[in-house]
Amino acid sequence: MIAALLMALALQASTGLAPQEEARAQNLMREVRCMVCAGESVLDSSAPMAGDMRRFIREEIAAGRDDEAVRGALVSRFGHEVLMRPPVETRTLPLWLAPVIFLLIGGSLLIGAMRRKAVRDRL
Amino acid sequence: MIAELGRFLIALALIASIAQMALGWVGAAQGGRSAYAQAGRTASLAALVTSAGAFALLIVAFIQSDFSIAYVAGHSHVDKPLFYKVAAAWGGHEGSMLLWCLILALFGFGLTRIGPAEPAFRARSVSLQALLQSLFFGFLVFASNPFDRLDPAPLQGRDLNPILQDPALAIHPPLLYLGYVGLSAAFAIAAAGLIQKVSGREIARALRPWATGAWASLTAGIALGSWWAYYELGWGGWWFWDPVENASFMPWLLGAALVHSAIATEKRGAFPGWTVFLALLAYVLSILGAFLVRSGVITSVHAFALDPERGVWILAMLGVSAVSGFGLFAARAGQLGEGDGFEPTSREAFIGANNLLLAAAAGVVLVGTLYPLFVELLGGAPVSVGAPYFDAAATPLLILTLLLVPLAPFLPWTNGGARPALKQMRAAFALVPVAAAGVALVWFGAPLLAVTGGALGVWAMAGAAMDAFNAMPLARTRALKFAAAGRAMAHAGVGFLALGAAADASRPADVNIALGRGESIEIAGRTLTLAEIRRADGANYLADRARIDVSGGRSISPERRYYWAADTHTREVGLGSSITGDLYVSIGEARPREDGSAAYEIRAAFHPLVWMLGLGAFLIVLGGFSALTAQILTRRQRGAQA
Repeated sequence: MIAALLMALALQASTGLAPQEEARAQNLMREVRCMVCAGESVLDSSAPMAGDMRRFIREEIAAGRDDEAVRGALVSRFGHEVLMRPPVETRTLPLWLAPVIFLLIGGSLLIGAMRRKAVRDRL
Repeated sequence: MIAELGRFLIALALIASIAQMALGWVGAAQGGRSAYAQAGRTASLAALVTSAGAFALLIVAFIQSDFSIAYVAGHSHVDKPLFYKVAAAWGGHEGSMLLWCLILALFGFGLTRIGPAEPAFRARSVSLQALLQSLFFGFLVFASNPFDRLDPAPLQGRDLNPILQDPALAIHPPLLYLGYVGLSAAFAIAAAGLIQKVSGREIARALRPWATGAWASLTAGIALGSWWAYYELGWGGWWFWDPVENASFMPWLLGAALVHSAIATEKRGAFPGWTVFLALLAYVLSILGAFLVRSGVITSVHAFALDPERGVWILAMLGVSAVSGFGLFAARAGQLGEGDGFEPTSREAFIGANNLLLAAAAGVVLVGTLYPLFVELLGGAPVSVGAPYFDAAATPLLILTLLLVPLAPFLPWTNGGARPALKQMRAAFALVPVAAAGVALVWFGAPLLAVTGGALGVWAMAGAAMDAFNAMPLARTRALKFAAAGRAMAHAGVGFLALGAAADASRPADVNIALGRGESIEIAGRTLTLAEIRRADGANYLADRARIDVSGGRSISPERRYYWAADTHTREVGLGSSITGDLYVSIGEARPREDGSAAYEIRAAFHPLVWMLGLGAFLIVLGGFSALTAQILTRRQRGAQA
């Protein structure tokens, strides 16, 4: 009974988020994957499930939770794949290091190509 | 009858391609002037004519709605407008593969006409292009024949996915394929050059027009697709970092790197190995893109015709192309030499930095697209890699590139020297703080991204304008004029793209709400009122069209359509465009309210300066074709002198 009341309250609150809260909610939706779609965020998807997830996010925000708590709640329900921004941890390390590695390899090649003249002049 | 003739022509095209490969190979070994080389050229014409004939027959089958052909039955419907019947010929897997083959054959024939100047080099590249043709025609004949029969023939077709029934999307695949497949000619020339032991400069000279033309077409194709996603999918986004978009973006980034590095290689002999490697890699990534889109290994909004067996075929073609190309490179790259070096403030250094950043961005896109697949193969817990990752990892690289773009045209080759360049660019430097302040002011409290992007966009535009004023008066010949204008236009286009992207990234929050008749919402300082909803049916769909009045006297008309043949709903977005940006409204299902009246789900957004994205892409394409014209004119002059 109390739960139902709380639900109703939460639903009512969800219809009218303050503009700042709504912007926060939309930023979150942009990085949350719609679980029944293929690579779309819940903000972009028109699937019913995405609608439910949008409602969930708005409710959580209306209940005063911060972004991290909302993400945590989503991960505990759907697993890590619900977040389109993979967290930085051991198994995603290659992913986040990729730009640095490419720049290091490419940069050393470029410097090598640049210095060639100096090497040749010295010979 | 059409189907049988079509099958026959495709088989003939395969045979002609194999003949072209063998004859061209022998012809090249004999110096490129023998009867074998001549016969190879004739075979390439035969491959082109037969594949063009097959493609024409497929279009005829669509116009006649011949549902005894499985591919036609799967992608057409008698009620569909004629234009989309024709466009459906390349709207699905088999037909688009036939188009891919046709363009391969077209470029094979093109190479016999305006390929590398040296006869043996030309014959060898014609032969290698024929290797690529044979792979794809073989795929068509043995695993993806668009003329396969369906028995019994259905009375009605399953129709083309309605969201694909759109003018922009109808011409998007041919342009995209001109890009992807155009890179095949660069691949063939690079590999032929390695076999013939041609110098890096000669290879770069031969492949530049092909790379430039392909890259400009690819730009146009991607831009059309992105524009389509913006107004047709009803989400208001224009770039989603979706796997299929990434599949086209990787060859685009590498193509952009290639058209620049090939300049340095042709003119100064810098980066010979890298330019050849890029030419090979760009086409290999095009095939990888086809594999990702069509095999079903990665699910995506746009993925079509998913079929594991086809995936294996494409993987095999990918393997053959990659192994032969890179194997050749590993064996022969040493003979290309290594260039003479240059100063850090030289144009070579900046072209090198541009290539470093663009290639790293392509690498990031590749890793991000494939990473979920690898994690899954290794049995880890699934990971999603979406837009936030690419925004964080790839966008900074592109922003850095943008920082360098306006400087490069003012730098001298080889020995460098920044001082004269800085002097010539003084006015552009002055514009930067002005732009930053302006942008910060317009979007007071705007995200840092918008301010940076805006300032860098203006920076690129100012640089391009100064480049044009500086270089155009010095350009004596028509070729030089086209080259200078092309460079300035393309660089200005990049600036517009950056400014448009930054503006759109900092747009106000979208409004998602159920509206009844007469009710209104506010967005970006405008009031939108749902004035009326009425029926507006078309030839093959039913539709509700809303009239939404905007404060100031305009009105916008979004539609919600139902295509009965495909049993699908689509949203036709209503756009109110102005110089400040687009008002974007889409309308969804009607829902009854408690009092019995109907409320319509409305999604409204304001996209500031979104037209700049279109203008930017247009300028890049125009600049690319202007550069292509310059290259063709130069090569013709050189031919006349020789």
